[in-house]
Amino acid sequence: MHELSITRNIVAIVEEAAEGRRVRRVTLEVGELSGVVSEAIAFCFDVVTAGTALEGASLEIHKIEGRARCESCGAEFATATLFAACACGSGRLTRLQGEELNVKSMELMEAA
Amino acid sequence: MCRHCGCGEADATVLNLESGKETVVRHVVHDHPHDQDHDHEHAHDHDHPHSHGHDHSHEYDDAHHHHSHAPPEGALVELEARILAKNDALAQKNRAWFKGREILALNLVSSPGAGKTSLLERTIRDLNRELRLYVIEGDQATARDGERIRAAGAPAVQVNTGSGCHLEADMVARGLQELRPAAGSIVMIENVGNLVCPALFDLGERAKVVILSVTEGDDKPLKYPHMFRAADLMILNKIDLLPHVDFDVSRAIANAAQVNPAITALELSARTGEGLDGWYAWLRREAAAVGDAVFS
Repeated sequence: MHELSITRNIVAIVEEAAEGRRVRRVTLEVGELSGVVSEAIAFCFDVVTAGTALEGASLEIHKIEGRARCESCGAEFATATLFAACACGSGRLTRLQGEELNVKSMELMEAA
Repeated sequence: MCRHCGCGEADATVLNLESGKETVVRHVVHDHPHDQDHDHEHAHDHDHPHSHGHDHSHEYDDAHHHHSHAPPEGALVELEARILAKNDALAQKNRAWFKGREILALNLVSSPGAGKTSLLERTIRDLNRELRLYVIEGDQATARDGERIRAAGAPAVQVNTGSGCHLEADMVARGLQELRPAAGSIVMIENVGNLVCPALFDLGERAKVVILSVTEGDDKPLKYPHMFRAADLMILNKIDLLPHVDFDVSRAIANAAQVNPAITALELSARTGEGLDGWYAWLRREAAAVGDAVFS
C-alpha cells in the first residue's frame, strides 16, 4: 500500500499550494505504467484529507495510457505492461508515456 | 502526535544499535516543522486573519476583500507537480553525500524471507577484513534483523517504518546521521520485504539489488516488473534447494531480462556459500567504480 504514502504526498503538495484556503477538487495524472493503483489512491484520499484543507474535496484521476516506441523499427504503440515487445519482435522500447505521477491541478472553493 | 495532520501514528523510528538511541522520523511530505523542539501546536492554532471568504454572506462585489496573494479563490490552479518530488530531492541529497565520500550504497529489495539478512550476515563475516560494511535495516517492527547484523560484525541502525511498507529517503538520511559510515565504505540498505512499494521510492542508492529465492516462483519478474526493471542486479538465492523445487533458473533469468534487458543475474546460496564469489566480485567492482566516479 504505497498508495497511502503517495496520497499523503498529494495532500501535502495541495495544502502547501492552497495556503490555507479550502480545496474543492484535486486532479491527478496517473500513468498506467506508474506502479500506482488509482483506486487505492481514491480509497486513501478521504482518510488522508480528513482535517485538512482538502476535507470533502473530490478527486479526479486522469489515467494516461502507456505508449512506447520500438527502437528497431520505429513503430509507436499502446502498451499496458512494462515488458511488452513490438510486433516486429524487438524488446528494445522507449517508453513515451504512462509513467506519470503528477498533481495536475486544484480547484479552490468559491467565495460565496 | 501532530495536530495538524494526525500523522503521529505512522511515524518511523530509527534505532542506533550501537548507542541504543532512538529517534523519530516524521513524514517528509509535511512542511510544518516537526523536528524542532518547540511545541508546534501554536504554529497551527491561529485563525487565519481573513477567512478567505468562505464564510462571508455578502456577494462578490465588495472590492475591499482583495487579497494580494495569488491565486484567486474559486480558481483552477495548475500545479503540474510530481507527486514524489520531495522524496526524490532528498534521495539526491543522500546520493551526493554518498558520492562525496566514495561510499557504495546499495538498496536491497526482495519478498519477505528471500534471504536478504542472511546474505548480509554472510557477506559481513566473509568481507569484513577487506571492506568496511554498514547496514541500515528496514522493517515494519522489531530490531531483530539489526541485531543479527550487529552480531555478524557490522555497525547497524534499525529503521522501523511502523505502518509503512517501504523505506523513504528521509528515513535513510536519519539512519546515516546515526550510522556515520566512513569514507570509502559500503552501506547496505535492507529495505522492507516487499516487491511492490520499494520500487517507487529512490533512497539515493547507486543500485537496487533484487533478491529472488528459488523457493518462490520463477515468474516473479513478470509479476513484479517495476522492481525487476529498477534493479541493476538480480541475485537468485537458496540455489542449494534447487533439487527440491520446480524453480527454473534459466526461465527466471529470461523473465527478468524481458522486463529489464540490462539486468545482471547471479546464482548463489548464502547458506552453503556456493556462488558467493560472483557476488563479492560484483561488490568489489562497484566499490571501485564509486571511487573512480567521485571527481567525474
